[in-house]
Amino acid sequence: MWALEINGLAKSYPVGFLRKTLKPALQPLHLTVEEGETFGFLGPNGAGKTTTLKLLMGIIFPTAGTAQILGRHFHDPEVKKQIGFLPEQPYFYDYLSATELLDYYAQLSGVPADERRKRIPALLERVGLADAGKKQLRKFSKGMLQRVGIAQAIVHDPKLVFLDEPMSGLDPIGRREIRELIQGLKDEGKTVFFSTHILSDAEALCDRVAVIHKGELRGIGVVEALKSATADQVEVIWHGAGALPAVSSLLKESRVTGDMVRAIVSTGSADLLLEKLRQQHAQLISFTPLHGALEDYFLAHTSDREEVKA
Amino acid sequence: MISRLSAISFNTFREAVRDRVLYNLILFALLLVASAPLFGEISIGLEKIILVNVGLSAISLFGIIIAIFIGIGLVAKEIEKKTLYTILSRPVRRWEFIAGKYIGLVMTLVVNAAFMAVGFYLALLMVSRGLGKDDAALLVGIYFIILEFLVVTSITLLFSSFSTPIFSAIFAFALFVIGTFADDLRNFAWAATGLTRWFSTAVVYLVPNFASLNVISQVAHGQPVSGRLILFNTIYALLYSAAAIAGAVLIFERRNLK
Ligand SMILES: Nc1ncnc2c1ncn2[C@@H]1O[C@H](COP(=O)(O)OP(=O)(O)OP(=O)(O)O)[C@@H](O)[C@H]1O
Ligand SMILES: [Mg+2]
Repeated sequence: MWALEINGLAKSYPVGFLRKTLKPALQPLHLTVEEGETFGFLGPNGAGKTTTLKLLMGIIFPTAGTAQILGRHFHDPEVKKQIGFLPEQPYFYDYLSATELLDYYAQLSGVPADERRKRIPALLERVGLADAGKKQLRKFSKGMLQRVGIAQAIVHDPKLVFLDEPMSGLDPIGRREIRELIQGLKDEGKTVFFSTHILSDAEALCDRVAVIHKGELRGIGVVEALKSATADQVEVIWHGAGALPAVSSLLKESRVTGDMVRAIVSTGSADLLLEKLRQQHAQLISFTPLHGALEDYFLAHTSDREEVKA
Repeated sequence: MISRLSAISFNTFREAVRDRVLYNLILFALLLVASAPLFGEISIGLEKIILVNVGLSAISLFGIIIAIFIGIGLVAKEIEKKTLYTILSRPVRRWEFIAGKYIGLVMTLVVNAAFMAVGFYLALLMVSRGLGKDDAALLVGIYFIILEFLVVTSITLLFSSFSTPIFSAIFAFALFVIGTFADDLRNFAWAATGLTRWFSTAVVYLVPNFASLNVISQVAHGQPVSGRLILFNTIYALLYSAAAIAGAVLIFERRNLK
C-alpha cells in the first residue's frame, strides 16, 4: 500500500477582474510515496508546492484529479487521524500557551484526555521546549514557533507527516534542530513528505525527491541516482602551464593562475589526461571527483523550457 | 464529534475571555447599569421603570455589539491567519468548525449577560430595597435577550461566510435595526399592494423579528409575558439561527481557503 498516491491532482485559479481566465497553479500531478519513505518535494518559489499540500489537506478543492492517503480517499476523516501537517510560516493562537495549544489540537485529533496529559510534556521535551510549556505563544521566537509547529503535527502520533518548508526562515542552528527532528521521525518509521527549496536539507534527509516548477513535475527519483546523473566530472589541478596546449582538447573547462592550472574533465578522459600530464612532466597537485549535487539537477530541471529551446 | 465541537467552542470562549476589548465593553456596560439609579433620582417614583429599561437595554445592546464585533472575525480571522490549516488537516468537518465557533460565541455572550444581569439586580436592589415577586418576570426579559444573541450571532456568521468583516458588521447591524421595526414593516406590508406588497412581505419573513423578542418596556411596567410568547419566541429563535447557520455552512463547505 502506498502512503500517498496522487492521481492527477490539478488546480487552476481564476485571474483577472472582468474577463476571468484560468491560470494553472498546479498541472495534473501524478506521484506516489511509499510507506516509511522520506520524500522531498522540491521547487522554487511559486512552483506549486503549497498548492499541492493545501489540496491534500482539503483546504482547497482540486479542479481535477484525486488522491489516496494510506489507501483511502484523501478527504476521508479517518485518514486525517493518521496524518500531521505543518503549514509554511505557521501562526498559532497566540493567546494560548504551548501546552494549551497542543492539548487543543490533540483533542481535535481524538486523543483521549489521560493520553494527552502523558504525551504533551514528553513531546515538548522532544522538540526542546520543556521549559516553555506554560509560556504564551505570543512570546515565542520564530524558531520556537516552528518547533511548536512540528509538535502539533505529531501530537496524535500520525503515520504520515506533511511539512511545508519546515526549515525556512531559521538560522543554521534552528535548521539543524528541525533536521534532527525529521531524522527522528524517519527513524521511527514514519512517512515524511516535506517541501523545500533548500537543497542541502533534501539531500541530507530524503530517500526520494520530486522536482516541480511552474506547477509541473520536472523529475522524480532516488537522491543518489539523481546525483550520479551529474557526477561524471573530475577536477584536476597541476603545476606547469606549459602542458596546457597538449591537453586542452580533453578539458571541459580550465583556469590558469600563474603557473598553476585548474581544469575540469569528464571521468572518461581523466586517465588520458593524467597520462599526458606525466609525459609533459607537469606536477600533479590534486585529483578530485566532483560529486554532482542535487543542486545541478535542480537547476537543470527548473530552467524554463522556452530557454532550453532557444 | 461532541468532543471536537466542545473543544472548538471552548477555545472560542477562551479567546474572547482573554481579549481585553471584551473587558472594556463589559466595564462600560456595568457602569451604565450602575448609573441608572442616578437617572432615577430625577424622576421620583419612576426610578424602577427607568432602571429596568436602561439596564435591560444595556445588556441587550452591549451583547449585540459584542456578538457582531467578535462574530465578524470568528471565521475570517482563522482564514486570514491560516490557523484553519491546522484544524482542517485534522478529523474536523467544516460544519463542526462553524457550529463550534457559533456555540463558543453564544457561550461567551451568555456568561457576559449573566455578569451584567447580576450587576443589574444589584442596582435594582439598591433602588427598591428588596426584590418582589414580579421581578422574576425580568428574567424572561433577559431570556429573550439571550434569544436575540442566538439570532444576531447566526446572522453575523452567515454574512461573514461570504463577505468581508466590515461589510458583515454593517449588514448584520442593519438587519438588527430593521428587525427591531419588524412590526411597522408588517403593517406596511399588509397595507401595500402589487409588487411592493409581494416584496415587503418577503422582507417581513426574511428579516429576523427582533420586535417580538423585545419585551423590555413591558416587563419594566410589571406586565406579565404570556407563556405562548415564550414558547413561540424560543422556537422562532432556534429555527431562525439554525437556518442562518445552515446557510453559512453551505457556503463555507465549498470555499477554497486562502
Ligand atoms: N489563491 C490564489 N489565487 C491565485 N493564484 C494563486 C493562489 N494561490 C496560489 N496561487 C498561485 O499558484 C502558484 C503556486 O503557488 P504556491 O504557493 O503553491 O507555490 P510554492 O511552491 O509553495 O512557492 P513558495 O516556495 O513561494 O512557497 C503561484 O503562481 C501562485 O501565484
Ligand atoms: Mg509555499
